Amino acid sequence: MPEKDSEQTLATLEIDLDARLDFRLGLLRLTERRIHSGDQSWPLTADLTVAHHDHAGVGTLELFSAHGLLARWHYTLSRNPAALRFEREFNRQRDSLVSGQPPPPAIAAICPICQGPIPPDEEECPNCARELHTPPSTWTLLRIWRFARPYKGMLLAGFLLTLAATAATLVPPYLTMPLMDDVLIPYQNGQPVDWTKVAWLLGGLLGAAVLAWGLGWARTYLLALVSERIGADLRTTTYEHLLKLSLEYFGGKRTGDLLARIGTETDRLNVFLSLHLLDFATDVLMIAMTALILFTINPWLALVTLVPLPIIAWLIHIVRDRLRTGFEQIDRVWAEVTSVLADTIPGIRVVKAFAQESREAERFRDANKHNLYVNDRLNRVWSLFAPTVGLLTEIGVLVVWVFGIWLITRDTITVGVLTAFLAYISRFYTRMDSMSRIVSHTQKAAAGAKRIFDILDHVSSVPDPAKPQALPPVTGGIRVENVHFRYGNRAILKGIDLDIRPGEMIGLVGHSGSGKSTLVNLICRFYDVSEGGIKVEGVDLRSVRVADYRKHIGLVLQEPFLFFGTIAENIAYGKPDATRAEIVAAARAAHAHEFILRQPYGYDSLVGERGQALSGGERQRISIARALLIDPKILILDEATSAVDTETEFEIQSALNNLIRGRTTIAIAHRLSTLRRADRLIVMDRGRIVEIGNHDDLMAREGHYWRLYMAQSKQLDEPPPLGEVMGPDKEVVPARLPEPKAAEREALA
Amino acid sequence: MSRKPVTSPFTLSRNAFGKLVYVDAGGTRHEGVTPVRAFALSAPDQGLSLVSAEGKELQWIERLDDLPEVTRSLLAEEFAQREFMPVIQRIVTVGSYATPSTWQVETDRGATELILKSEDDIRRLKGAAGINGLLIADSNGIHYLIRDRNALDAHSRKILKRFL
Repeated sequence: MPEKDSEQTLATLEIDLDARLDFRLGLLRLTERRIHSGDQSWPLTADLTVAHHDHAGVGTLELFSAHGLLARWHYTLSRNPAALRFEREFNRQRDSLVSGQPPPPAIAAICPICQGPIPPDEEECPNCARELHTPPSTWTLLRIWRFARPYKGMLLAGFLLTLAATAATLVPPYLTMPLMDDVLIPYQNGQPVDWTKVAWLLGGLLGAAVLAWGLGWARTYLLALVSERIGADLRTTTYEHLLKLSLEYFGGKRTGDLLARIGTETDRLNVFLSLHLLDFATDVLMIAMTALILFTINPWLALVTLVPLPIIAWLIHIVRDRLRTGFEQIDRVWAEVTSVLADTIPGIRVVKAFAQESREAERFRDANKHNLYVNDRLNRVWSLFAPTVGLLTEIGVLVVWVFGIWLITRDTITVGVLTAFLAYISRFYTRMDSMSRIVSHTQKAAAGAKRIFDILDHVSSVPDPAKPQALPPVTGGIRVENVHFRYGNRAILKGIDLDIRPGEMIGLVGHSGSGKSTLVNLICRFYDVSEGGIKVEGVDLRSVRVADYRKHIGLVLQEPFLFFGTIAENIAYGKPDATRAEIVAAARAAHAHEFILRQPYGYDSLVGERGQALSGGERQRISIARALLIDPKILILDEATSAVDTETEFEIQSALNNLIRGRTTIAIAHRLSTLRRADRLIVMDRGRIVEIGNHDDLMAREGHYWRLYMAQSKQLDEPPPLGEVMGPDKEVVPARLPEPKAAEREALA
Repeated sequence: MSRKPVTSPFTLSRNAFGKLVYVDAGGTRHEGVTPVRAFALSAPDQGLSLVSAEGKELQWIERLDDLPEVTRSLLAEEFAQREFMPVIQRIVTVGSYATPSTWQVETDRGATELILKSEDDIRRLKGAAGINGLLIADSNGIHYLIRDRNALDAHSRKILKRFL
């Protein structure tokens, strides 16, 4: 086609599935006037539309005209970014064709991770795209240098000490030479012993041993000190970085995995640096220095001594390789055993409720049986390993004997030289085994280093701006402007516009999955919007420092989290320097004071994991006191009362009334009755706002809200009028006596 | 955030049944009130509360020193009967260094024996209760206090170190 050449290609999409979903490559090409696919093409007209959707990993792109479907293409999701870009480009081109205007310049896409612009011809942000699919390379270990640099002086000193210590250990075999040749053999031949010489030589032996001991101690201590510090720096840096990452990151990671990375992996690196690497370096130095000494004594014997060395090293390495695969298998089987435990123990109530103890025991026994089998197989090789190394060593020594005796009979060397050689080689043959292990140690350490640097390389998806704008005094007004939010490829919010006035109470209502919590998360800036913006005091949230803004937000969640510590510490979590009077005042306002007094040590009682057991409502009131103490301008209640029973809810409601006063409040509640006091109710459905108004308006409208409300009141009986119970001056009197805790009772008895 | 200040005097007395009787400024009587320390460990003499038999706070006392002598001694008497927290002065021996472990200790209330179920039951205190204070809960829920572990004798310190 001649015209094809004159058209400029604007976008291409390489599709990798055909119509029957078999893997076959194809190409989709968008030019200024048409779409080409294979030998077909469709001219761009105003009524053309492109739509994409995906299901089970297969993406589908469809081309429609006003009359119906024109074509359909399939691709695997790895092409999804390209497909979206193709669609975007198509829309731009068609719109320009319709309007007759030249197409608007391509909007630089924004990387969802680092917020940097993505070049128009790339699908992923070049900064964040070097995603971590590459296998760990040993070179990763070199990146630890960043943490080692502050200690380079100490490292150099450690290296010099290692050199000196190794040299000192090599002195004694050297001294055996004159001891043999100049003292013992002449004596056997009838000459008197030169006692001064003997004293010198033995003194030298002792001196060398003491020197080696001292230097070895200094070296090990110094290097252990350094590696411990490097490990500690690595750990704290990783943790600090981790804390700054957004909730999105934590959502996608298992807690255990993160714990392991910071705890175990850094420790493994530590051990590698201080033990394995050090030993290896010492061994290499020793072999090099020994070789040097041997060659200066007698080059021929030295050659014979060292020739079998690489062969033996190679043999050991092969056996070890087999062992390693076996050990890896054991690791996996072991993980299987623990995963049975990790599954069952947290779910023990379910296991017991369905009386499945014996089945779980059976599962565990099976996993263990597999473990035994793999271990048995490995042990066959393993038990052979140590004797084999021994045998190889003996053979090496034998070779030296044979050649040494031959040389002695030809009067080329003395007996003393042979003794010295034998003393030297026995040293490094024994080190062969541990040296061969360095490969697997290095690989493991490199894998650990990679897992740590994965965290360090991850850029927060809610980054602090490079030049943060100062946040003006917050009055509590929030503007949500045309906010879209996508999680992965799923659109969760689709164009939310909302203007929240200072001091207003907003209730967010809707089915689960309608985007209420997402909107709240965006307002807290736990995530950043995909499109649009949220402004506080006219300033976009993304342009102020995250911590500056969050200071003004009080958050009460459905599941109140209490840290291990005293009640007072938990209340003062957001303001650690709060006075006791402030803490008590906040607790009073949260209706927590009286039940706190019932605890054995009042505000000094321990709560949280391993602490005093508190009921859900009590924990919730502590978390309300916590929010009250920081006196926030913006208050967010995310299902704050849905985990407790109705009676407790009233107590919490009256606590909340104290909290709400004078603040902008955004409340999500499943129970609509709790939102009656809201100034405005925002009804959301599938990512959009469908209704706004107060309770009475919305009831009169008989729309979404009315249906939700009716559905609830059918389930429950008419809830008691809240106004009476929630009056600010009325306090709910707990029916229980302030009885002493069991511990005290027993103590008194 | 409202605080109930000690504006009007109240009276506290003990009736024939040994119960504390509280009469507020308006003359209302409450029998069987319980005094509670809000910060029992970190500030025992600040922030006291008189709680009615129904669990409702009747009176908040900012500082014990602000009260008249009579009331103060009445409260001290009441606390003396309710508060039981022996202060460990010396650890004589321990059964084993693995928990559960039986300790022979000397306290300000005499020599006794306690069973430590796990190391988790030793709680480090902060603030006024002692910079190096420890609270040890035994298997019966009795709490033993060590005001300053550095002030113990060398023998006790050595034993204690193995558990921390």
